[in-house]
Amino acid sequence: MSEQIKTLKLAFPKTIPVMTGYIFLGIAFGILLNEKGYGIGWALLMSLFIYAGSMQYVAISLLVTAFNPIAALMMTLMVNARHLFYGLSMLEKFKSTGKFKPYLIFGLTDETFSVLCTLDGEKSVSRTWYMFWVTLLDQCYWVTGSGIGSLIGTMISFNTKGLDFVLTALFVVIFVGQWQDTKEHRPAIIGLAVTLLCRILFGSSSFLIPAMIGILICLSAMKKPLQKGVKA
Amino acid sequence: MTDLQACITIGVCVLGTMLTRFLPFILFPENKETPEFIRYLGTVLPYAVIGLLVIYCLKDVNVFGSSHGLPELIAIVFIVFIHRWKKNVLLSIAGGTLLYMVLVQYIFVW
Repeated sequence: MSEQIKTLKLAFPKTIPVMTGYIFLGIAFGILLNEKGYGIGWALLMSLFIYAGSMQYVAISLLVTAFNPIAALMMTLMVNARHLFYGLSMLEKFKSTGKFKPYLIFGLTDETFSVLCTLDGEKSVSRTWYMFWVTLLDQCYWVTGSGIGSLIGTMISFNTKGLDFVLTALFVVIFVGQWQDTKEHRPAIIGLAVTLLCRILFGSSSFLIPAMIGILICLSAMKKPLQKGVKA
Repeated sequence: MTDLQACITIGVCVLGTMLTRFLPFILFPENKETPEFIRYLGTVLPYAVIGLLVIYCLKDVNVFGSSHGLPELIAIVFIVFIHRWKKNVLLSIAGGTLLYMVLVQYIFVW
């Protein structure tokens, strides 16, 4: 048991940035959902079972338009297609995690992924626990945040304009951290440049899939030179 | 939308999300050797994906709009600078967000 508490103590500080982000974003989600007439029960239900930040914001809009499950499914697949990349990146890390594996995969959000992908070292029992704690803590933050937002959203009033920038800030910080971690900057530059190009070419609502395909093509084409530079 | 319809819509969102999360692990199970190319992708994709996410967050910025994306640019430059200097994640995120909120609420207001 003490081993598990020890890994919890190691995991917690790593999740602090996600905590700030998720509490803020969760509160904003709860407030918005509440505005549309869906109270705390709905907020908790969605945060427990969908558990995908940006998707839940999209789901709010799905709930206030005409009932159309097929369109909702297509929308979900489009918005969440980037998860395929996280899965591919975690195939090795999640190996031999046993009974924790389904939950680790279920909880692999943008933010949890970004914390877990900076993790290196040997596969071990404590590493499995570490990944479990990070995933669980992150979901607790998200559920708590959306619950708080739903409850007190109508009581407090302050100008939240720009608050959603917390998500951008989080990713910029991770980007800078990764940049300083490695000498091989080309994968990061490919990610930025290809996505930016696709955003300009395809517009803000349909650039994600082309960007993902473009990134795959670039990374495939540069496999030989890139394989040496990035630490495996 | 009735409560039942709302439940179905949420259920569909759960299904779609889980499909995208579990698919790679179903396609490349543990007991089989993961193809070398897929393992290579696993080492370079994390860097590329964070780049993608940064742009994704900025997708609705319009450089031809009234603020020309300046609040975003200023806040990001600030975050990069303060993060390289202090290396404190919480400070960078909270500071960057606060600066951005001040910029869009008080300075770029038209």
